[in-house]
Amino acid sequence: MDEPQLPLLLHLADNCLVLGQRNAEWCGHAPVLEEDIALANHSLDLIGQSRLLYQYAAELMGKGETEDSLAYFRDAPAFRNFTLLELPHHGPLAPSGSSQRDFATTLVRNFLYGAWALGTWSSLAQCSDAQLAAIAAKAIKETTYHWQYAQDWVIRMGDGTDESQRRTQAALEHLMPYTQEFWMPLAHAQAALNVGVALSGAQAQSEWSSRIDAVLQQACLKRPPDGGFVPSGNHGSHSEHLTYLLGDMQSLVRAHPKAVW
Amino acid sequence: MRPDIATVHAALDQLCDPEIPVVSLREMGILREVYMSDTGVEVVITPTYSGCPAMEQIHDDILQSLQQIGVHGQVKTQLAPAWTTDWMSDSAKEKLRAYGIAPPNCQSTNSSQVVRFTRRLQDNVIACPRCGSSNTTITSAFGSTACKALCKCLNCQEPFDYFKPY
Repeated sequence: MDEPQLPLLLHLADNCLVLGQRNAEWCGHAPVLEEDIALANHSLDLIGQSRLLYQYAAELMGKGETEDSLAYFRDAPAFRNFTLLELPHHGPLAPSGSSQRDFATTLVRNFLYGAWALGTWSSLAQCSDAQLAAIAAKAIKETTYHWQYAQDWVIRMGDGTDESQRRTQAALEHLMPYTQEFWMPLAHAQAALNVGVALSGAQAQSEWSSRIDAVLQQACLKRPPDGGFVPSGNHGSHSEHLTYLLGDMQSLVRAHPKAVW
Repeated sequence: MRPDIATVHAALDQLCDPEIPVVSLREMGILREVYMSDTGVEVVITPTYSGCPAMEQIHDDILQSLQQIGVHGQVKTQLAPAWTTDWMSDSAKEKLRAYGIAPPNCQSTNSSQVVRFTRRLQDNVIACPRCGSSNTTITSAFGSTACKALCKCLNCQEPFDYFKPY
């Protein structure tokens, strides 16, 4: 890893790929057809963003690396995504990974990540690496739609029925501690500084906070106090869920590594 | 033989967006630049959405089109400046409407343009491409392709696609 911005590129790409793959699990299973299509569209955008980032990272790495080798032939400890993004779609302490998906968990995650992604892409669109800035400028447009969609749903569910309120609040309490990782010393902090951006600084955090607080208030949801488990996925220490997700995604290409169609 | 640039332009102008076969790549703003280099023709394109699956088809269509007129060339993908629906020509928007897709109704730089479903934006009307009524509603901000939202006309009752400002 000689190129100074590589750890940052891989972190961003892994975020997009893992969340894209996760959200795609709703394909064919969402509560109604429109939401099924909406979540599949999110995945298309997210995986598209990850491809642009992996292509650029592979170009910098040389030595025969490709977007596919980065996505399909690295194991969980090499992934640098936030732990939040790999969690399954059900709440905590569900009996198994195949437990029923919870739409509120999916949407609250997209909401918390969307608010972060919007700020991050906006900063990176101004960074000194021209190719990364170009990718960020595209990603902002797509993230704006994702963020809007997640916000609308959080408000609709939070300010909805007793049941939708209860489940959205529970999802928020489950997921909020994982967002602490956004503001911890990041494994790629130096890489971000190298392109002139401080991603986890106090200003970024306060912008993220006000973005989500405004929506939570409208949604009649209570922001849980800070605290609880602080994950470190961006340092390569993941939950067990990432391994299963990657197993699902990588097994076919690993079983047939030279296959083309 | 050095290819004639006018012939190349004419050939490329025939190419349409694979998912919206009534507008050309040039009218969509996907085809950015065509120029001669030492190795042949260089064609520069830019993707619409990051994950648009039509981009590979577009890449292949361009190479095939060049081959048909006996020209050697390459396709380059360029990300900046980021593609925007603001580049669509008025004639392209009219063709979209005639095809049944409501064109973007505002500039992408307007930050309030994002399609939402919780409340209707009174000053941001999407006209039905079939009957022209402004009495329409958004069913979902995400539709059959990455670039479109799904709407419904409350006048003629027909569902229709809306090309989102991007």
